[in-house]
Parts: sequence; C-alpha cells; structure tokens
Amino acid sequence: MGFSTWLQMGGYAIFVWPAYGIAAAALGLLAAATVRRYRMAQRRLAQLTATRRGETA
Amino acid sequence: MHRFANPAHFMRVSQILLPWLAGVTILLLAAGLVLALVVAPPDYQQGESVRIMFVHVPAAWMAMCAYTTLAAASAAALIWRHPLAEIAAEETAPLGAVFTGLCLVSGSLWGEPMWGTWWAWDARMTSVLVLFFLYLGYMALLNAFDDPTRGRRAAAILALVGFVNVPIIKFSVDWWNTLHQPASVLRLGGPAIDPSILTPLLVMALAFTLLFATLLVVRMRAALMERKIRVLDAAAGGALG
Repeated sequence: MGFSTWLQMGGYAIFVWPAYGIAAAALGLLAAATVRRYRMAQRRLAQLTATRRGETA
Repeated sequence: MHRFANPAHFMRVSQILLPWLAGVTILLLAAGLVLALVVAPPDYQQGESVRIMFVHVPAAWMAMCAYTTLAAASAAALIWRHPLAEIAAEETAPLGAVFTGLCLVSGSLWGEPMWGTWWAWDARMTSVLVLFFLYLGYMALLNAFDDPTRGRRAAAILALVGFVNVPIIKFSVDWWNTLHQPASVLRLGGPAIDPSILTPLLVMALAFTLLFATLLVVRMRAALMERKIRVLDAAAGGALG
C-alpha cells in the first residue's frame, strides 16, 4: 500500500482525518493548558515560599 | 481511606507516579495510533471509515468513565467534605466534557458516510448530548455563586442527580430501537469483534484512560498548589495590611 493510497483512506479521507485531527488538537490543547497551569502554580508557590523564608530569616 | 486521601500524602505519591504515568501514556498513544491508522485492516462493511471508531469508542467510554468519577468524587465531597474529593470532582469535569465532545464529533464524522446523516435524535445520541450538557452545567454551577462552598454543593448535587443518565446511555441501545448499533465489546457473551480490530481499540482505550488519569493528577496537583498560594497570599496581605 502506497503512501498516497493510505492518505486517501479508501475514499473516506474527509471523514477519517478530521476525526483524528480534531481529537489530536483538542487533547493536545487540553494537555498544553494543563501543563501551563501546573508550571505557573509551581513558579508562584516557589516565589511565595522564598519570600516567606526571607522574612523569617 | 482517609489516610490516603490526605492532600500532603497525595502530593508525595503523585510526584513519584506522575513521570511513569505520563511516559506510559505517550507510549500507548503512539502504539495505538500506529495500530489504528496503519496496522488495522479495513472493515469488510465500513471500509477505512472503521478507523474513526478507534477514536470514537474510547472517547465514549472515557465520557462515561469520567462522569462516574465525577459522581463518585462529588458523593465523597458531599458526605465527608474532603478537599481532595472536591478537587477531584472539579478537575474531572472539563476532562469529561472534552472526551464527550470528541465522542459526539467523531460519531458525526462516522455517521455521515455510514448512515447518511451527521446526527439523529435517537436515544443513544440524545443521551450523550445530555451528558455533554451535564458537564457544562456542572462547571457553570460551580462558579455561579459568590460563596464557592455553595457553588460546590449545588454542582455536586447536579453531578449526583445526573448520574442516572449513565446507565441510560449504556442501555439506550437495548431499551430503544436506535439508529446507533448495540454494544459489540462490553456485552454478555464477550466481544463480537475480530481481534484485528479489537486490539487497536483496546490499546487506544487504555491510552485514553491513562491520558485522563495523567491529566487529572496534574490538574489536581495544580489545584492543590493554587489553594496553598491563596492561603499564602492572604497571609502576606494580612501581614502587610
């Protein structure tokens, strides 16, 4: 099976590829937003604990 | 159980678990995609459009699995008022909404070539659409009150009442004469699918399950850190003021 035959998906390309594309985009964005939020919380918490330590020192 | 539900304990255990969970998720997703898009043969009736099923069916299972998690965590939050259960429920809802949305969209993309319609108001499709709105309603209700405690309680009650929809979705294809076909994997008498199609389906389902678990753990950790940040901010504000 050649690459272009594979891309054509037996004539169902316009249904198969959007299904995978939308799934990849939605789950990818969800994962990216989740990681971004996690990193931001991590940074802010590190900042706050550092200032608190600075105050008590 | 309460010992394990301690937030500090959760942070420690999840930190060790997270890299493994994320690693296995990525491996399974990669393997699942190769199996689904390359290895699996075209179906003798559906042709290549069967590949949509490798997204659609796992997304549908996750939609229901996430709602069951949401209802169980909401029940635990209402009964024991445990912060970890509250956070688990709140962070499950958006994940469940995304999987339900994917289930609806991929189903539509399969329905058009196979049934000749993007959408039908049959019992299965309508009950999944209701599930989608339950997730949205839960998230809206959560933030609809000035007092977050009231919002949480109202949303938790909605999540519990809405759980009645989960068995309706599961058995809708048996109870009503639907356009949607009946179960072919989770049914009495075992799966009625050839292994060449069943294997990619199960690998993708496991990958989606682990993706859900990974994202839930990361979001719960972020939410716990955000709670701590609010406490520290309030303390710093109090000290300054």
